[in-house]
Amino acid sequence: MKLVNKAIPKLDSGALTAGKGVYTDDIAPSDCLVVKVLRSPHAFARIRESRKEAACKVPGVVCILTWQDVPKIRYTLAGQSYPEPSPYDRYILEQTVRYVGDPVAIVAGVDEACVERAIKLLRVDYEVFTPVLDFEQALDNPVVIHQEEDYFNHFDIGGAPARNLVASGCEGEGDVEGELKKCDVVLDRTYYTKANAQAMMETFRTYTYLDYNGRLNVVTSTQVPFHCRRTVARALGLPMTAVRVIKPRIGGGFGAKQTLVSELFPALVTMRTGRPAKIVYTRQETFQASNSRHQMRVRVRVGAMRDGTVRAVDMHALSNAGAYGEHASTTVGLVGHKSIPLYAKAAAFRFSYDVVYTNTMAAGAFRGYGATQGCFALESAINELAWELKMDPAQLRLQNIPRPGEEMPAYYHEPLSSSKLEECIRRGMELIGWEKKYPGGPISKGKARGVGMAITMQGSGISGVDTASATVKLNDDGYYTLMIGATDMGTGCDTILAQMAAETLNCPLERITVDGVDTDHSPFDTGSYASSTTYVTGNAVIKACKELLEQIVAEGARRLKIEPEQAEFDGEQVFDRLQPARAMTLSRLAQDLVVGEGTRWLTATASHCSPTSPPPLMAGFAEVEVDLETGECQVTDYVGVVDCGTVVNKNLARVQTEGGIAQGIGMALYEDVQYNGQGQMLNHSFLQYKIPCRTDLPEIRVDFRESYEPNGPFGAKSIGEVVINTPAPAVVQAVFNATGIWVRSLPITPEKLLMGLEKLHGKCQRDAV
Amino acid sequence: MRVNITVNGILYQREIPCDTMLLDFVRQCGFMSVKRGCDTGNCGLCTVWVEDVPVLSCSYPAARADGKRVTTLEGVQEEAESLGRCMARQGAEQCGYCSPGFIMAVLAMARELDNPTDEEIAHYLEGNLCRCTGYASQMRAIRAWMKERRGEGEP
Repeated sequence: MKLVNKAIPKLDSGALTAGKGVYTDDIAPSDCLVVKVLRSPHAFARIRESRKEAACKVPGVVCILTWQDVPKIRYTLAGQSYPEPSPYDRYILEQTVRYVGDPVAIVAGVDEACVERAIKLLRVDYEVFTPVLDFEQALDNPVVIHQEEDYFNHFDIGGAPARNLVASGCEGEGDVEGELKKCDVVLDRTYYTKANAQAMMETFRTYTYLDYNGRLNVVTSTQVPFHCRRTVARALGLPMTAVRVIKPRIGGGFGAKQTLVSELFPALVTMRTGRPAKIVYTRQETFQASNSRHQMRVRVRVGAMRDGTVRAVDMHALSNAGAYGEHASTTVGLVGHKSIPLYAKAAAFRFSYDVVYTNTMAAGAFRGYGATQGCFALESAINELAWELKMDPAQLRLQNIPRPGEEMPAYYHEPLSSSKLEECIRRGMELIGWEKKYPGGPISKGKARGVGMAITMQGSGISGVDTASATVKLNDDGYYTLMIGATDMGTGCDTILAQMAAETLNCPLERITVDGVDTDHSPFDTGSYASSTTYVTGNAVIKACKELLEQIVAEGARRLKIEPEQAEFDGEQVFDRLQPARAMTLSRLAQDLVVGEGTRWLTATASHCSPTSPPPLMAGFAEVEVDLETGECQVTDYVGVVDCGTVVNKNLARVQTEGGIAQGIGMALYEDVQYNGQGQMLNHSFLQYKIPCRTDLPEIRVDFRESYEPNGPFGAKSIGEVVINTPAPAVVQAVFNATGIWVRSLPITPEKLLMGLEKLHGKCQRDAV
Repeated sequence: MRVNITVNGILYQREIPCDTMLLDFVRQCGFMSVKRGCDTGNCGLCTVWVEDVPVLSCSYPAARADGKRVTTLEGVQEEAESLGRCMARQGAEQCGYCSPGFIMAVLAMARELDNPTDEEIAHYLEGNLCRCTGYASQMRAIRAWMKERRGEGEP
């Protein structure tokens, strides 16, 4: 391969490193009305009265909208394929507010100053209710968060809003209780993960305007332009043809922008005023009024034989949806679906879940999407199991993981079509120095070190749902335009898809221009989420390019006056296989195709939807150092070895992995969205909500063990999400090996470690916190 | 109030509200490389130079820059080009949103520190947050760029 499997700079790297104005707010017209939102200070309340007379008088204010002024149409903000599995439980503005940050009024004016003044002058009288803040108290709580009559689900997801239940379910195979009884060791453990903020550097932002046809144009920082078009149209009561969505460059998403956080506010203002409008979220709003990772409690029961064979896995997840149900049932599904299959030898497994409403910010999509929480719980339990069995946890994995080709009952009985997980584990052990360092212990009077590990899987798109289309055009000078609906949000998918196109078309990368995304001319794509772009869109790109190649050969043959079967195209020219000197260059052919008689502008479009979702796999190894006097924990080394199939772009896959591991370390050690007793978020800035900075992290080490996925484009699977999962369980185990304390509730704070050490002091027993 | 601020060699004489921050001022002048990433002055995205010293333009009043020389990434394109290329070779820009502030900080560091160690680099750039990369690729890019500047690496 000439271009795939190479380290190629991103196509947009020149513009990005030169600081060109290519993001939403950089290109918004200067005459946009500034839109801001007044948000609820109460976690649960009903608006008795809102008075806007004084605010309306502020010079420059153009439009103030409250709940009475918006369409009474229920919708979901989740950017998912229609019919969405998320409940339709929102209005743009509603008389009932369900968390601190819920929108109360939309104010638009000619500049920020007048809008802020008007917001201060709005008088809102609330009837305040007792909120439900603790997700373990939400189910069947007398306080019911969603009482609206027009609450709507497309299909049954096991929800019961009167019980504060968004979704529930149970699935499994085999006799779990019977198998557990036969086991030599059964562990029953409960783990907690917190809500985490995606914290992409570019906050939410959108601008909107009406074009010369009176259509609503929405330019927005989104991962899901086509879902955005559909939902904006629905929520505003417009036909879909009246809405166009454009995605410029995106400053990171990590799932946050798979929910339509900012789009509807300026869209409604533009529809009401006819004027362009924009909203730029502050960092505080981005923390406080968008979405986060679902907070979860996961109970794991796992049974094994003395020899380390895992016989049964039983998991129950309680997930906190927050005030609205976006991504509720789908996220929790991955807790089991993406963790249990790695213990494929288990004779029985069960996974059940409940997702509940609380009066906190709605959760949504965050890289890993439930698999991260499931991985933390099950991998921690497996690590504890290994300790109980006095087995090396790496060996325990090697004994239980499915081999290539083996069926995984807990993964829809799909066979593991490609896997180098075993090699990933072995390579990781080698890189971290496992044999020498495991388990660890005190290194001096006040310091201890330990190592830990975990394995994980994700999917490659949602099987049978995620659909991508790609169009490739031959332009008049022999270069190509690749049109995609997949959304590069900084990950580099424009580049890797261009690599695949150039590889297929046998041309240099420079000859491919990538265009995306504008819903008016881009081919349909569900969007960039669920680790789908490389695998699903990649296959669509290859198909489209192959179709175009056939057209090029046919048109070349026609001009050479030979049968297409006799013609061949080498990327530069179409020639007669029998007399290679008879040839026509691509640029000549391309010119010929657009001028004069016999013109035919060559374009090919193809779609792809995969019936399976081949899992990328990874082994992660952590080394930590704990200060026994302060409880401070530092990750001193991290090794991630990934099987993502063929690595399409060596640089970008590496950076994805390093970045994912860094976010995972943040989740393990610091990140925790917290609320006070009134439901007000306590840490809504980077001063209070810590994400790892460069002195917090070791230089993360990454390696690949590439399998060849038979259904993947050039053998590739996905990479984007799998990389965030291993740090939490690996770091927890490393901390245990250093200190003797199992931390079962993230994050691993110095306080928890000190309290644990205090408990241990004088007792020779290993204990948990 | 009226200010005279030279941004990237061009004098801007503007009437501004006295609470205008330098970040908003330079963006209003059209220098879109300067980004806002937080409300609290601790993400580093808005880093520009005032009289060649890096400052956080989000919390630096434009009035304080009156009569001074301000430099944004647009003003040091030539100097930044080789660093940008080293970043691109590592994929270290990713979404690119923090790149301008990061580049301004790295260029300032290169002027200030002679052959900094990895530790000194990490410490100098501690205030420049990035959520995409985990920082390792940025470190590789800086090392390659410094090598190149010393005439050791490939240009």
